[in-house]
Amino acid sequence: MAIETPLKGFVGESIKRKEDDRFIRGKGNYVDDITLPGMLHMAILRSPFAHARIRSIDASAAQALPGVVAVVTGELLAQHKLAWMPTLSGDTQAVLATDKVRFQGQEVACVIATDPYVARDALPLIEVDYEVLPAVVDPHKALQPDAPLIRDEKEGQTSNHIYHWEAGDKAKTEEAFAKADRVVTLETFYPRCHPSPVETCGIVADVNPATGHATLYLTSQAPHAHRTLFAIVAGLPEQNIRIISPDIGGGFGNKVPIYPGYVVATAASLLIGKPVKWVEDRSENLISTGFARDFHMKGEMAVRNDGRILGLRVKLLSDNGAFYADAQPSKVRAGLFHIVTGSYDVPAAHVEADGAYTNKAPGGVAYRCSFRVTEASYLIERLVETAAIELGKDPADLRIKNFIQPDQFPYKSATGFEYDSGQYEKALRLALEKVGYEDLRKEQAEKRKKGELMGIGIASFTEVVGAGPGKHYDIAGLRMFDSAELRVHPTGKAILKLGVRSQGQGHETTFAQIVAEELGIPAADVEVQEGDTDNTPYGLGTYASRSTPVGGAATAVVSRKLRDKAKKIAAHLLEASDEDIEFDHGKFFVRGSPSKSKTIQDVAFAAYTNLPDGMEAGLEGVTYYDPPNFTFPFGTYLVVVDIDRGTGQVKVRRMVAVDDCGVRINPMIVEGQIHGGLAEGFGIAFMQLITFDEEGNCLGSNFTDYLLPTSWETPKFETYETVTPSPHHPIGAKGIGESATVGSPAAFVNAVIDAVGHLGIKNIDMPVTSDKIWTALQAAGAAE
Amino acid sequence: MLPAPFEYHAPHTTEETLELLDQLGDEGKVLAGGQSLIPLLKLRFASPAHLVDVNRVPGLDVIEERDGVLRIGALFRHKAAERSTMLASRYPVIAEAAGQVADPIVRNRGTVGGSLAHADPAGDWGSVMLALDAEFVLQSKSGRRSVKARDFFSGPFSTALQPNELLTEIRIPAAQGRTGGAYLKLERKVGDFATVAVAVHLQMDDGKVRSAGIGLTAVGAQNLKAEQAEAALRGRPLDDAAINEAAELAAAAAEPKADQRGSEAYKRNVVRVFTQRGLRRARERARGGA
Repeated sequence: MAIETPLKGFVGESIKRKEDDRFIRGKGNYVDDITLPGMLHMAILRSPFAHARIRSIDASAAQALPGVVAVVTGELLAQHKLAWMPTLSGDTQAVLATDKVRFQGQEVACVIATDPYVARDALPLIEVDYEVLPAVVDPHKALQPDAPLIRDEKEGQTSNHIYHWEAGDKAKTEEAFAKADRVVTLETFYPRCHPSPVETCGIVADVNPATGHATLYLTSQAPHAHRTLFAIVAGLPEQNIRIISPDIGGGFGNKVPIYPGYVVATAASLLIGKPVKWVEDRSENLISTGFARDFHMKGEMAVRNDGRILGLRVKLLSDNGAFYADAQPSKVRAGLFHIVTGSYDVPAAHVEADGAYTNKAPGGVAYRCSFRVTEASYLIERLVETAAIELGKDPADLRIKNFIQPDQFPYKSATGFEYDSGQYEKALRLALEKVGYEDLRKEQAEKRKKGELMGIGIASFTEVVGAGPGKHYDIAGLRMFDSAELRVHPTGKAILKLGVRSQGQGHETTFAQIVAEELGIPAADVEVQEGDTDNTPYGLGTYASRSTPVGGAATAVVSRKLRDKAKKIAAHLLEASDEDIEFDHGKFFVRGSPSKSKTIQDVAFAAYTNLPDGMEAGLEGVTYYDPPNFTFPFGTYLVVVDIDRGTGQVKVRRMVAVDDCGVRINPMIVEGQIHGGLAEGFGIAFMQLITFDEEGNCLGSNFTDYLLPTSWETPKFETYETVTPSPHHPIGAKGIGESATVGSPAAFVNAVIDAVGHLGIKNIDMPVTSDKIWTALQAAGAAE
Repeated sequence: MLPAPFEYHAPHTTEETLELLDQLGDEGKVLAGGQSLIPLLKLRFASPAHLVDVNRVPGLDVIEERDGVLRIGALFRHKAAERSTMLASRYPVIAEAAGQVADPIVRNRGTVGGSLAHADPAGDWGSVMLALDAEFVLQSKSGRRSVKARDFFSGPFSTALQPNELLTEIRIPAAQGRTGGAYLKLERKVGDFATVAVAVHLQMDDGKVRSAGIGLTAVGAQNLKAEQAEAALRGRPLDDAAINEAAELAAAAAEPKADQRGSEAYKRNVVRVFTQRGLRRARERARGGA
């Protein structure tokens, strides 16, 4: 059917984002905008040392400062059994340090004061007597027998080793390697980076001393799950806790964990009987909250001389910091890293992972990534590039030779995933055509003769997003379903309540469009509500590209439930039988006579005014959707770079991105997600690093040292699409929030290596900075 | 932003400002564009008891070329330098540097004089002023004095400026003959401090170098003047041999330290490469090219 103008917001229409009016007018409502009567302010004293024993804390001078209401220490929390809290990976984490500090920036004490300035003024007045201990910041060194024991408080913990985990078939993989013509090896490090949302983390905790009700305004990507965890950690009755995630200024995984500041502010509000606000500053966000990656990887690929991949063997070492706090499903230990076979038909694969404690901040969040998928995608795409150089083959050809073919879906991977759908060669060929690949290769050859360095990098990634099913994947025991509740009012307008929580993804628009598509109510008439646990159905939240695959599916299913009821009402109004009613974009009509119809608005009114006998009034429903499988978005990113031999500077000349996320609900929002993700991937590839000196001092604690790309240096992105629907998703969508961050770093790095590979330079670890490139060129005798 | 407590003063005249600075001594800090000072206050790396905001003092944002001197007032903003057509045609090193200072937001507020007084060794203006052989007018309640750029900087964030003095004006010998200049900056992103930058100011007579000024950014405890490289060029035709020799001398004059931006060898090489490229670009401009 032809779409009428103006747009109604059906699936596939690029309507403007409903939420942007308030954002661009400065009328959003973030946690730091919340002000309550009598509200107090909290500031956190953090450890200057990476590893030290606390001999004593004297807070008397801070207590005496006018305006200071209380100083909270670990000792006080211990009296309430709150000095430690569980992490999302089944470990424990100090809320406020009692025995030792284990990373620089760790929370030691909190000041509660009448204004935020005084709270800060009081921090240096707290005297902490530290006995500095040797620190370890390298996970390899941390696992040596003489390394200082970081978690000496844990019973039975005699080393810094955290976990060992395997996936795939070891024996079968060894057989594959025995048959190989050659083994291609790549050792690489995916450095520690940080999600760095524009809005830092914070809370306004308001515990009513009379009723015991706790209202927590929280920067949370998962308000319902957080409510349950608060109930468990703080021992508060869950029905008395209300978590409100107001507008959230970016999350990217950073707002999945529960942070010590949240717990202390809540405890302080409970003890003092007044609301307490805590909003961290930028440095606090960078040095103490959920970092990402920090993954040491050794990949080996068994290949035949004709380029066929026979097997893949990977050894991993994760640096988890002082507390194992990875945000991931509880049954896996290195996230979904075993998606490492990527887009390729790899007959045998085996992954071994170990984790180590170090004197660094905990976190391990999935920064715009579905649980370590970024690291996996990076490794396989870098390995394929390495193989192409070693075999003397074109990297595009090598990919095409090894892709999983369209007729192999559903495809069972060597590590146990069942891929839903994909057309990998189609996406790659589109990228090659759009960039003009053959001409670029000719230009590269000409330039090489003149000593100029130009490179073309490819990444043909496959992601795995939208976890469950719930029986296999859970967060802290909570199954990874999600929910949607839809209420259609008598006038035909609707409210959709979701268990997920947008942090900028555009849910208020996208999810309204799903309702529009399924029920015919214009998207403008569908109000989407999220983030308040008191008035939305339970859900696991927004991260790992799960909102559209899971929450979006729930929205489609609940809309269809209502449509079924609406059909019955329409039959009643049209005096026809249910089976004869057809539906098309908001109109119900009797089969064969489309002129005789009732609109969804007519039906909605009748649901409250003129019902068939025996039918319950109203047009409402709720669905809890447990996905049958993951979805597997994919695509090809292609990057063209020129390198300055005098300075090592890289100029990204072209960036072509072909994405396939299945059916696109709002193509403009999809494009926006891709642009943002590519910019983040560019930053990770070329400029971002949170690093530490030998003593454990964090060297990336502000935006002067930890660099975020801006529109000035970010390349122009040329985006294209292919559409391969997910066969098991109600509307065929796959999720797009993270593809670009996951897939693009390898494309950028591959482009650099493609430019210098002929000089014998095989690898440069991220961030691929100009000094690293020049140093490599210098060593190869090719620098200016 | 949650700085430590301070008292704020907003004088309306130079005399009033100098009186305040005299009273406050070490306790006072001048606030001009605030683009370095405000972040330091925010991070509580600096906590002066008094801020003296000079933005209301008239006449400090002057730019004027007269009697063989280019005068730039202390409150002249980066953005004004970036937009000045006079500077672009007669002092390209200033115009080219101005467009590379920090980012557009900082350039709107930040001042040339404030940046010089702050004396960050990775700041851009110090090298430009060393290349231009500028001098700075420092005023106090008891009088005024002029200090040459080469005598002004004495280390990271330290200068000849006394706590009771205000840097009121920058004085640059007016460009003579065919003039060219360039500012080459390597930065990790827009808004970053330089990894390395090189300022070149060139005055040509009859195809020979009348004078060459070369300033180096972020490769020492302060902005450096590559005096041997400058001397090596004086009176010579600016051919490849002269350029390469000067570039080697400039690289030798650099005192870089390894950090997250790069190794010592890397930075020294960039000084060499940028000096070469800067001299070539300045030569083009002196010939009347872009």
